[in-house]
Amino acid sequence: MIRLTDQAFDPGALLTDFCAGRTETGAVATFTGLARAEAGATTTLELEAYPGFTEARIAEHAAAATERFGLQDLMILHRVGKIAPGETIVFVATAASHRRAAFEACDFLMDYLKSRAPFWKKETGPDGSRWIEPRDQDHTDLARWET
Amino acid sequence: MARVLLFGRLGDVAGWRERELESPSIAHLRARLAEEDEALGEALASPGVQVALDQAIVRGDAALSAGSEVAFLPPMSGG
Repeated sequence: MIRLTDQAFDPGALLTDFCAGRTETGAVATFTGLARAEAGATTTLELEAYPGFTEARIAEHAAAATERFGLQDLMILHRVGKIAPGETIVFVATAASHRRAAFEACDFLMDYLKSRAPFWKKETGPDGSRWIEPRDQDHTDLARWET
Repeated sequence: MARVLLFGRLGDVAGWRERELESPSIAHLRARLAEEDEALGEALASPGVQVALDQAIVRGDAALSAGSEVAFLPPMSGG
């Protein structure tokens, strides 16, 4: 399941639902991303997506992850709109027979979501607003998978 | 009429994020937007700005028809 939402969500409840009824899975790995306050420098984060396009690009990458790591299932829930520090931004869960595939697929999906997924991010703080573009570290993280 | 969408900083530069415009092609549309708003024209031509036609990335020019959706996408920052 891949979904965008403008509502805060409970990662624990998502994990419980994701694990329910799995008798052949063996391993579920999850990642939960939270908005940072940056010591008061950021008061609001605003994420803009292109509805339809954003989900479709994420789905392509999810299909690649499923094939590469032999996943049984995955779930990606991503916030859009205004997000306050401490709120959840993203939740990724991966299910596989064994832990290595689940861990690696979760990491792979997050590197994509953090650097190349079609989102535009604006940070607002006491000094005003600015649009954020990918950091070099995000590109380095992504390059780990290009072998 | 084509539906024109601006994302990220492009929408802030233009002061709008969605408009209906009559235009036969992407090249024509770019020229028209640049003519009425020089800052937007520069922003649309800046490195890393991609264009999606009906939700698929296109490179170079393409013809538009009634109901086309053209989106200008600045570098994607991820979530």
